[in-house]
Amino acid sequence: MTAQPRGTAVRTEACPGGPVLVRGAEDVVDEQGVAHPVTRPVVALCACERSQRMPWCDSTHQAVARARRASS
Amino acid sequence: MLLPDPVGPLSRRAHALLRGAHRAPGPLELPEAGSFTEDLDAQLALWLIHQLSYRGYDDVDDDLEWSPAVVTLRRGLESAFEAELRSATRERLAVTDAGTPVEELLLAMVAVDDGPSVAAYLHRHATREHVLDYLRERSVQQLAEADAQSFMLPRLRGAAKVALAEIQYDEYGAGRADRLHQDLYARTMRGAGLDDSWGAYLPDVGATSLALANLPSMLALNRRLVPAGAGHFAVFEASSSVPSRKIAAGIERVGLGPEVAAYFDEHVEADAVHEQVAARDLCGSLVVERPELRSEVLFGAACCLHLDRLAAEELLGRWGASDDRAERAG
Repeated sequence: MTAQPRGTAVRTEACPGGPVLVRGAEDVVDEQGVAHPVTRPVVALCACERSQRMPWCDSTHQAVARARRASS
Repeated sequence: MLLPDPVGPLSRRAHALLRGAHRAPGPLELPEAGSFTEDLDAQLALWLIHQLSYRGYDDVDDDLEWSPAVVTLRRGLESAFEAELRSATRERLAVTDAGTPVEELLLAMVAVDDGPSVAAYLHRHATREHVLDYLRERSVQQLAEADAQSFMLPRLRGAAKVALAEIQYDEYGAGRADRLHQDLYARTMRGAGLDDSWGAYLPDVGATSLALANLPSMLALNRRLVPAGAGHFAVFEASSSVPSRKIAAGIERVGLGPEVAAYFDEHVEADAVHEQVAARDLCGSLVVERPELRSEVLFGAACCLHLDRLAAEELLGRWGASDDRAERAG
């Protein structure tokens, strides 16, 4: 996760093999410095860098894991 | 809504009781073993009764929800449904590793599932009429989205209760009436030129569409089955984000506008969050607190995958979709 959540009471929870859950953030600043407002009580930040909705998780990590499993 | 018409002996039985008959005529005759889930008459009968615990009917006495004859019929139907699901999921559950934390197992069960994917077909191949058919079929479930799970809240405690409430708050719009998910689905239906009134397509939908609504109702309304309801919910959420992205793309591909895709678009990000909260904080906490519930949580998860497969087969079969066009790749 390269995007940074901002807020006064931010709590983060890394999900193994999945995203980082963020609670209490007001916005999330991405690598380019663009602030993305947080509009839900919990947001999931992409940690696999494959999301098509950066900085948010879109569960693409599931497909990555599936492809890895299929090729192993 | 008005009480829908019955389609066979079981729904006729439910219909008669809801019309005020004091007892059901003759002995209860259930569909033959193994066919309850895909039996339209049986699923409609159960749906008709469950509905008394949600919105009821304009032309049915609300007090019949707890009428002994109605409850007896409901128990008869639910026992058959549950027994069939226990038998159908045995094989799937036999391979679950006892050493893996339940939250990882839940997400892995979704990841290895190789059933046909309606979303993959909608994404690349479906016609506009197939998309409309899909929206009608799912309306029974999505116009009441998250309602079944609300019945689980008072039956949970501690971290599991907090997790479910957190998801439900988001499902119910996170404080904004215009973001209530079930209303987003209504907007999608209107955008597609469909009737968004509750129950409008009930007479048209298939058995498995009713079963998709009946399963979470049964698991949440019976306190004994709430751990299975939690497992079901985790898998339901974990099989939604990626498919929603494909369905949204399919909707736009057939020329229905972004207002129709908006519901699915919302669920890409929302369910990427919900799947983690449901698997880790709801089911994980439940099993940490009461390890003996683990097998029931996994039973519910397996039920969700099993029913998803039957529901996909029903729709894809109706549309004449070949297997390779509904492959779950990616």
